[in-house]
Amino acid sequence: MMLEQFPFLVHSAPALIIVIPLMFALLTPVIGLIRREWTFPWMLLALLLTTLFSVTALQDVMRNGVIHYRMGNWEPPWGIEYVVDHLNGLMLVLVSATALLVSVYGKKSVEQELPGKEVYFRCIFLLQVTGFLGIVITGDAFNLYVFLEIASLAGYALIAIGEDGAPFASFRYIIMGTIGACFYLLAIGYLYIVTGSLNMADLARLLPPLYGSKVVLTAFAFFMVGIAIKMALFPLHVWLPDAYTKAPSAVSALVAPLMTKVSVYVMIRILFGVFAPSFSISFVPAMKILLVAGIVAIFTGAILALAQKDFKRMLCYIIVAEVGYMVGGVGLANTTALRGAVLHIANDVVMTAGLFAVAGIINYKMREHRLDDFKDMFKRMPFTMAAFATIALSIIGVPPTGGFFSKWYLLQGALQEGSWIFVAALLFSSLVNVVLFFRIFEIGYGFHSDHGHAAGDGGEAVAIREAPLSMLVPLMITAAAIVLLGFYNQALIGKIIQYAVPVL
Amino acid sequence: MIELVIAKYNYWIYIILMMIGFYAMIVKTNLVKKIIGMNIFQTAIILFYISTAYKMGGATLPIMTDAQAHGHEAVLVDGVINPLPHVLMLTAIVVMVATLGVALAIVIHIYRRYNTLNEDEILKVMK
Repeated sequence: MMLEQFPFLVHSAPALIIVIPLMFALLTPVIGLIRREWTFPWMLLALLLTTLFSVTALQDVMRNGVIHYRMGNWEPPWGIEYVVDHLNGLMLVLVSATALLVSVYGKKSVEQELPGKEVYFRCIFLLQVTGFLGIVITGDAFNLYVFLEIASLAGYALIAIGEDGAPFASFRYIIMGTIGACFYLLAIGYLYIVTGSLNMADLARLLPPLYGSKVVLTAFAFFMVGIAIKMALFPLHVWLPDAYTKAPSAVSALVAPLMTKVSVYVMIRILFGVFAPSFSISFVPAMKILLVAGIVAIFTGAILALAQKDFKRMLCYIIVAEVGYMVGGVGLANTTALRGAVLHIANDVVMTAGLFAVAGIINYKMREHRLDDFKDMFKRMPFTMAAFATIALSIIGVPPTGGFFSKWYLLQGALQEGSWIFVAALLFSSLVNVVLFFRIFEIGYGFHSDHGHAAGDGGEAVAIREAPLSMLVPLMITAAAIVLLGFYNQALIGKIIQYAVPVL
Repeated sequence: MIELVIAKYNYWIYIILMMIGFYAMIVKTNLVKKIIGMNIFQTAIILFYISTAYKMGGATLPIMTDAQAHGHEAVLVDGVINPLPHVLMLTAIVVMVATLGVALAIVIHIYRRYNTLNEDEILKVMK
């Protein structure tokens, strides 16, 4: 796009994607010492550059194929290698663009919720983004562990500065998250014992003759359980609702969409990149287990979401169900479902970011985020609610929006596989989402305010008090993005996703 | 069976340590004890990695005094232990320390807010 005249920059893009947010994060406190207000444009600059380089890397991959970047010019498998292919190219763009939008959106809410702590917030925010990008871009299994911990540690800290009860929620997340990361580390150790390698591509080459080995099987089990904790797959989701409900609004809008989805990406990478698809599908019954886990997650996530009175907590259980979609889609183990799962990752990042942004705006105005706080919101904040309605329709799965198409691919994949129970789970959760969001629409329009009073049916004038522009515009962009993802889903599948997943 | 235990004693030790840590993380109600459990859990994994670097037959540390001068005779792989697990664990220790730091900071915050470190009492206050 803009960087073509600078081949050096295009060539270095994979390294710069990590180095820029990392260095900017380390310098943020220094900038904060000079002028506190300068940290905001500083962070914005970092994320703009990161987004630019992510887009460049993705374009480079689309044009010239997979990028292998050797850190310090050490040849793999000895050195650390950054690999950008279609799958993580897409993830890089998603992560960096979401981070950019959330950073703009978060300015006002951070100033309100965390007065005096903006500098350190922005520093850790950038470290969090570095962690996500690193997880996605690296081609080295141990390096992935390090970035996983960077992302998690930044997440613990960011969540702990939230509202009352957040430190305790964060503490529980630390305990669970550390177990997950340690299992992942243990799995790498097991693979290292039998292969002597840490590079993912090299592991994929060395492992096939060893598939019968109990060490490899144990490593596989540790990988799956460890990552399942990080992505909050159903029985291991207990840390998620408290942590994301009590986190500051801007943090929820960043971490909630990305942490779970990046972990799903890691799962896909391990299933098909480190182990061969044939191992994951026929050698061990991993896919069947994932399918069942996905189905259970969808049902329980949907049912638990129904029981919530708090908007953010309801969204958290929707995330649990959405993770079930993706894990179940991978578990169906056919090309259509797998494409649907990857498309759903893209859609879900946008949708969850948008919904948590709405929660943040409600919190900004009402200092609370219960469902009842939506009362009369359609009159007070018509633009916010229009964006909210668009994203809600996408979560439900109404046609022109992106959510419909990824569900459509997942459904087709399930039908191909004859997995009727997954079809039932998808439809059930869609119906539950209808109930969940139309209940909010009802509160928002004030339909069920005490009937009988003449003033109750919308007669009284409620002044329009729209959210600040810096919060509204990013929300509108996510709402527009989810519609565009729907219209251009064919292009996305044809140009990127079809190369991103193996043909099964 | 007994030979299996003796021959692979390093793995048994790491598993026992890990389970002690795991038990503390799950069962203990005191938050600091949970953190100690977490540390034992992580340390067990570090010991596991380090023990995998060991080689039978008197392999020593890979300190090369003349490796640069005579390339072909300098390194005897059997004579030195595998340095990579040690290097990896250096990184893992840093991660562990950082986790410990964040966890302790959060526990201090919790203590100031609730005046207790007992999980059950905190949950009672939160309800």
